[in-house]
Amino acid sequence: MDLSLSTHTVDDRTVVEVGGEIDVYTAPKLREQLVELVNDGNFHLVVDMENVDFLDSTGLGVLVGGLKRVRAHEGSLRLVCNQERILKIFRITGLTKVFPIHQSVDEAIAATD
Amino acid sequence: MATVELRFTPLPEHVRTARLVGAAMARRAGVADAALDEVRLAVGEACTRAVGLHQLHEVAEPVQVRLIEDEKQFSIEVVDEAPHAVPADIEAGTAGLPVTEDPEGEDEMGLAVISGLVDDVQVKTGESGGLIRMSWPTTTLA
Repeated sequence: MDLSLSTHTVDDRTVVEVGGEIDVYTAPKLREQLVELVNDGNFHLVVDMENVDFLDSTGLGVLVGGLKRVRAHEGSLRLVCNQERILKIFRITGLTKVFPIHQSVDEAIAATD
Repeated sequence: MATVELRFTPLPEHVRTARLVGAAMARRAGVADAALDEVRLAVGEACTRAVGLHQLHEVAEPVQVRLIEDEKQFSIEVVDEAPHAVPADIEAGTAGLPVTEDPEGEDEMGLAVISGLVDDVQVKTGESGGLIRMSWPTTTLA
């Protein structure tokens, strides 16, 4: 399965809905999308991963890169994920301490801290 | 001898194929269902690392994946032919991961994921290539 990407804005947040598999082949597309959003001045991103079937370390690297880019503009990058098999990868790499991970898009949009 | 052997051109688009074959073979060999996601992720990480090393060193030779069914375990070996700058012989659980040339650190992150996922893993590197061997216990169905 390939990667699907779509974006929409809610107030000052930009929600990126990601679906499919994020791996070494597809991760560059996600990287391009995040870079483009930041270059266009969108510094508060919510990455909705509820429809992601697979995530590997390449995908993690892209998300970390996105976080670095938005932080350079005092922005934020929040994740939405409820899937245990995806959350496990964040846990074993210690990235649960780096990313705010939310249960729903609404919760991520409402979050301020 | 490997039960199934896969060789693929070192390109990112083939890593998914290796994941699918690895998980399918693990299921057939009797690896617990709960561990199949781990197998899929681990073989993908190992192949991603191998593809990255081949591309970094402009090695056109294929990446090799050996899927080995033994009596009580299922093993996957991912073999690269890239020269490694720092020869190392790392056993799981020992301190430290090898220093690599990867500027973004994704290679190290891949190894970190493998180490976190798989209890029985060996990483061997040399001047002419490297090997990651990962094993999982199987049930009596094997």
